[in-house]
Amino acid sequence: MALLSFEKKYRVPGGTLIGRDLFDFWVGPFYVGFFGVSTIFFAALGSIMIFWGAAQQGVWNPWLISIEPPPLEYGLKMAPMNDGGLWQVITLCAIGAFGSWMLRQVEITRKLGMDYHIPFAFSFAIFAYVSLVVIRPVLMGAWAHGFPYGIFSHLDWVSYTGYQYGNFHYNPIHMLAIACFFTTTMLLALHGSLILSAANPEKGEDAKTPDHEDTYFRDFIGYSIGTLGIHRIGLFVALSAGWWSGICIIISGPSWLMPDGESWIEWWDWWPNFFTFASIGG
Amino acid sequence: MAEYHNILTQVQVRGPAEMGLDEKGIVAKERGVEPRFSSLLGYIGNAQLGPIHLGMFGTIALFLGTAWFFLTGVGMLQSVDWSWQALWRDLWWISLDPPGEEYGLGFPPIWEGGLYLIASTCLLIAVLSWWIRSYLRANELGMGKHVCWAFAAAIWLFLVIGLFRPVAMGTWSEMVPYGIFPHLDWTNYLSLNHGNLFYNPFHALSIVFLYGSALLFAMHGATILATSRMGGDRELEQIYDRGTASERAALFWRWTMGFNASMEGIHRWAWWFAILCPITGGIGILLTGTVVDDWFSWAVLHGFAVEGGLYNGPS
Repeated sequence: MALLSFEKKYRVPGGTLIGRDLFDFWVGPFYVGFFGVSTIFFAALGSIMIFWGAAQQGVWNPWLISIEPPPLEYGLKMAPMNDGGLWQVITLCAIGAFGSWMLRQVEITRKLGMDYHIPFAFSFAIFAYVSLVVIRPVLMGAWAHGFPYGIFSHLDWVSYTGYQYGNFHYNPIHMLAIACFFTTTMLLALHGSLILSAANPEKGEDAKTPDHEDTYFRDFIGYSIGTLGIHRIGLFVALSAGWWSGICIIISGPSWLMPDGESWIEWWDWWPNFFTFASIGG
Repeated sequence: MAEYHNILTQVQVRGPAEMGLDEKGIVAKERGVEPRFSSLLGYIGNAQLGPIHLGMFGTIALFLGTAWFFLTGVGMLQSVDWSWQALWRDLWWISLDPPGEEYGLGFPPIWEGGLYLIASTCLLIAVLSWWIRSYLRANELGMGKHVCWAFAAAIWLFLVIGLFRPVAMGTWSEMVPYGIFPHLDWTNYLSLNHGNLFYNPFHALSIVFLYGSALLFAMHGATILATSRMGGDRELEQIYDRGTASERAALFWRWTMGFNASMEGIHRWAWWFAILCPITGGIGILLTGTVVDDWFSWAVLHGFAVEGGLYNGPS
C-alpha cells in the first residue's frame, strides 16, 4: 500500500454519511465507504451491459460499439432489453455511479475537514449528462431522444441533432456555453502559466512571490485578480460552461418551447423585427 | 466548515495602491494609468485596477487592434450601403468578408477584399505585438516565459486559420469573415465541405483538451477554494514549503481517484491541457482541405466510421 509520507496521520475514522464505520477503510490509495461500494456496483453493472450489448450486435471495433436508446414507439415506457432496454439500464447505472461518486466526494471532504466545493462542482457535470438523457427526453416524451452510447455514434447524434434545428451555432445559449468553455481554457492557461513562471524563474533568479504575479499581470493587462480570485472565476466559468451546455440542449426540442420546423436561425428574426417595429427603417 | 464557502470576499481591506515591483529600477516610471479601486471587483478578487505598462509594443497592439475593429465596422457599413440604421438592424448577420476565390493569393480591389486584407494585417501585427509584451514583461521580473509560450500556442491556431491554411489552399478566400454569424457559418461550412469535422482525429483531441481544461479548472478551483481555510490559495508558498492545505488537497484526489498531483504539478497538468487545445486544433485545421478533403470518407477508410453513419435520428 503506497502511502504518501504524510498520509498516515490523515487516515482517521469518521465523516461517513451512511454505514458508520462499516465501509470506512481504504483499498490501496482509494477510500471505499458505502458510496465506493455503490460506485463499483453501478459502474461494473453498466460496463458489463455495454459489453453484453456489443456481444449481441457482434461489434467489437471499439470506435463503432453503440448502444442505442429505445425506438420512439415506446415513449417514456420501459423497452425490451434488446430494443433499447439495455440503454435504459445503462443510463440508470451511469446516474447511480455518478451520484455515488459525488457522495463519496462528500464523505472524503468531511474526512479531510475541507469545504464542499468539489462535489458541488461535480454535480454540474452530472446535470449536463442528465439534461441530455433524462430531462430533454422526458420533456419531448420519448427516451428515443437520448444519445446513443458509442464513441463515434454519439458524435453522429450531435451532428444530426444540431442540424435538426437549422444550425446549432445560432442557439444563443449554445454561444454562451462555448464562450465559457473557451474562456475557462484561456484562464487555465494563464493561471497555470503564471504559477509555473513564478516557481520556475530564469536561471540564477530567486523563486518568485505573489507580488511578482500581481506585478506581471498589472503590467501585462492592467489587472491582477489575485491568488484567491482566479480560482473563484475559474471555477465559476467552468461550471457555467457545464450549466449552459445543459440549458442549451434542453431548450432545443420540447414543442412548447420550439414549435415544429423552427430553427435557431429563424429564432433571431425578433432582432430585425424589433427594429422594424421601432420604425427605424433603413 | 460549512460556513466557510469563501465564495465572495466579505471584508475588503483597502490600503494605498500597489504600484508593482521594480527590482532593476527602470519600469516604475514607465507604468501608466492611475490605479483605481472597484468594490465590485473586490468581492471576487483584487479591487485594484491598474497601473499598466503599455510600452511601445502595447501601444502598437492597442492602436492596430482598434484599427482592425474600426476597419471591420467600415466594411460592415459598406455592405449595408452606408446606412447606420441598417448597421444595427443587420449587425449579427453582416461582416467584412475575405476576397473571392478568383483573386487567389493576390491583392484584390479595396471593396472586394482589399480592406479585409488590410484589416487582417493590422490584427496580425497587433496580436504579435501583444505576444512580445508577454515575453518582455516576464523578462523584466526575471520570471519564466510560460505565459508567452501558452499565448504562442493560441497564436499558432490563429495563424493556421488566417495564414498557413489559406496559403496552402492557394487563396485568401479561405480566411474567416469578420462578423458574428458569418464566422459561425464559416465554421459550419468548413465542417460540411470536408465531410464532418467530428471525424477529424485532431479536432476530437482539441475538444478533449477543451472539455478537459474546463474539468481541470473546476477540479482545481474547487480544491483550492475548499482548502482556502488552511491557506490553499497561497499556492507559491505551498509549493516552496508544503502545508496542510496541499496535503489535504492531494489526499482528496488520491482517495477519490487513486492519483494526485502536487501543488506545482497540477499547474503543469493545467498548462499542458490548455495549450494542447489550440495546438491539436491547429493541426486538425491545417490538414483539412489540404491533406484530407473528406474526413468522413477518411474515417470509413480507416475503420472508425460506417457508410450511412451510425445515427440518423430517433427510430
